[in-house]
Amino acid sequence: MTIDETPSGRPPSSAHEIERYGGLFAKRTRGMTSSAMRDMMAVTARPEVISLATGLPDTTTFPAEDFAWLMSRVAVDSSAAALQYGPTDGLDDVRRCIVEVMAAEGTEVEIDDLMVTTGGQQVIDLVCRAFLDPGDVVVAEAPTYPGAVPCFNSFQAQVAQIEMDEHGMRIDVLEETLARLKREGRTPKFIYTIPNFQNPGGVTMSEERRRALVRIAAEQELVILEDNPYGLLRYEGDPLPTLYSLDGGRYVIYLGTFSKILSAGLRLGWAAAPKPILERLNLGKQAADLCSSPLNQYFVSAYFQHRDWRTYLKQLRSIYRRRRDVMFAAMEEFFPAETTWTEPQGGLFLWAKLPDYIDTTDLLARALRENVAFVPGRAAYLDGRGGSEMRLNFSGVNEEEIREGIRRIGKVIAEQVALYGTLTGMEPAPKRGTADVVEFRRREAS
Amino acid sequence: MKVAVLKGGASLERTVSLRSGARVEDALARLGHDVLAIDVGPDLVDRLQAERPDVAFVALHGRGGEDGTVQELLELVGVPYTASRPGACIRCMDKVVAKHLLRDAGIPTPDFYAFSQAAFRELGAAKALPAIEERLDFPIVVKPAGQGSALGIKFARTAADVPNALVSAFSYDSKVLLERYVPGRDLAVSVIESVAGPQALPVVEAIPVEEDFYDFEARYEIGRTRFVCPADLPAAVTARAQELAVATWNTLGCSGFARVDLMADGDELTVLEANAIPGLTDTSLLPLAAEAAGIGFDDFVARVLELAVQRAPTSL
Repeated sequence: MTIDETPSGRPPSSAHEIERYGGLFAKRTRGMTSSAMRDMMAVTARPEVISLATGLPDTTTFPAEDFAWLMSRVAVDSSAAALQYGPTDGLDDVRRCIVEVMAAEGTEVEIDDLMVTTGGQQVIDLVCRAFLDPGDVVVAEAPTYPGAVPCFNSFQAQVAQIEMDEHGMRIDVLEETLARLKREGRTPKFIYTIPNFQNPGGVTMSEERRRALVRIAAEQELVILEDNPYGLLRYEGDPLPTLYSLDGGRYVIYLGTFSKILSAGLRLGWAAAPKPILERLNLGKQAADLCSSPLNQYFVSAYFQHRDWRTYLKQLRSIYRRRRDVMFAAMEEFFPAETTWTEPQGGLFLWAKLPDYIDTTDLLARALRENVAFVPGRAAYLDGRGGSEMRLNFSGVNEEEIREGIRRIGKVIAEQVALYGTLTGMEPAPKRGTADVVEFRRREAS
Repeated sequence: MKVAVLKGGASLERTVSLRSGARVEDALARLGHDVLAIDVGPDLVDRLQAERPDVAFVALHGRGGEDGTVQELLELVGVPYTASRPGACIRCMDKVVAKHLLRDAGIPTPDFYAFSQAAFRELGAAKALPAIEERLDFPIVVKPAGQGSALGIKFARTAADVPNALVSAFSYDSKVLLERYVPGRDLAVSVIESVAGPQALPVVEAIPVEEDFYDFEARYEIGRTRFVCPADLPAAVTARAQELAVATWNTLGCSGFARVDLMADGDELTVLEANAIPGLTDTSLLPLAAEAAGIGFDDFVARVLELAVQRAPTSL
């Protein structure tokens, strides 16, 4: 019978699955679930909500007149080419800009080692596409970037999450995990890490650990995916060498982005990788989108030619540093003593840990009634951990809203701490040492 | 007719509501109506008074939209609207009220105790927890009284889990209930009003793909739960489930349409709750059950709309 002849107007004779198209979806989409938590995040987009949840850079800081002028330049100078398809690897001019940006972090790279991508996010997707068969193992930090979780899930990866402390991923735990996997006859395909101001943990990997990680990768012939969106957003302390520079471009795939230093709306990022890997990523990108927007690439090229990107970056650093400090001060003032948090030297996020009887997914529901939002910790784990943790962003809203947002979150946490005290009849003690994920700096008594 | 579709809002079920609303709008357009989509917010009353729709289709879920608030406003503004009146909405949304009414009416529902936050803060209710735990046996299900979706529902396996579960449940509502855990199969019976009175649709069973009975979220996630309709049950159990759904509808005073959730432990059925405005998306249970009964989505929308128009709002 044809599809049009499906029986209608009468009940089917036997039980059947009623999820429409259910039998047609690929097995890998089983891991891509629509959860109540994600539905809840939709409420955070309402204008009355102060959202400390998103990882948004502040695009209001980019002068509109500059934007208009640069776009006019693109129209005048490169109209036909900007409106045309472009090379899959990206425009040479843009790759030269990338060489300059990476040099600012002390990393040398040739334009042939680079591929322009549609945001840094595409690099994660392309690396998964190139390396992962269903069931393959990926090593990541615990907690890891929430945006990488759906990528890993959609490629049916098994993810081993390695604890961090204030110096980043714990190399001893990594070595134990690699040894265990080896005993089980499983080799991880790559190690995913955000060494600078980790999203969401807010910690930075020490130089010693960077050297150790690169050594392990070389010894065991493992690939590292170094995700570095925030390296140039350092507010204090000395910059550390990238894994890519330490490794000399042998086992490290480097992921960079214009999102945090120029504009997230351009959706332009890049990969720097050893040639054989770059070729595979290129094949994947041809399948995914042929090329990243030439129009936007011409904009980047014009921007680097006619404006000083370092000046704007400096301005962003000073804005975000102030916002971070406002958040620290507000947390000292409003968060209960049972709470701990990381103190990142840069980036956009910090990670807070609440007493283990508070579930931050449920707390978000309460916080939304006070019109404030954060990211519940579970979003950064693939194994259900993180239930009492939360990510807070300090780049997306102004100082006044940060303070007010933290005040409201502090209020609902205090409410739950008090309720727990009433229910158990005892003052809950701070759970020091259970932070097997990140070693948190204890809040100083005020 | 000019039909306002009320959707979205600030409830935690905003996303589902937007999807329900969009689907209703499509159906109304196909039926030839003039559709006015309203994402409800502070301007709701202004918009209703300015636009004067002939009738409103309420596609809101959760707090504000399903708990009688919007219905009360519609009564005040004098716009006829779909589904239950404020009283029935309040009775369905507040699980404590609903379960008391069911129990008083002799409809089986799992044993429970309910408390407000004030009872713990001001009346020392925490001292009563051991007695409750003894009477209900573990595991105990802890639920916020007024949350439509699975959010905030926790299983306490031991006494040590109870305070945490209560803290979570109180995140959603100032009132919570502790309920005896009933094992068994998850059933849903949708009910639609007809000329002959409430009509129970074929029974839907939700079957978790991964067998973790304690993971409530998984039960409602697409891809982690399979839905089967009509559920593979003995004829007598099906009939009893439908009978209980209609009894629940009558007891709570529903109108238009609603969905009743039950558990089947062998042949023994208990009613967990009733939803005054269940989901109406492509993957929602009520439209799929209606389709299994030969009622297409457009027919369903047309029927519900007609009932709304016939029912004039009470004047104050």
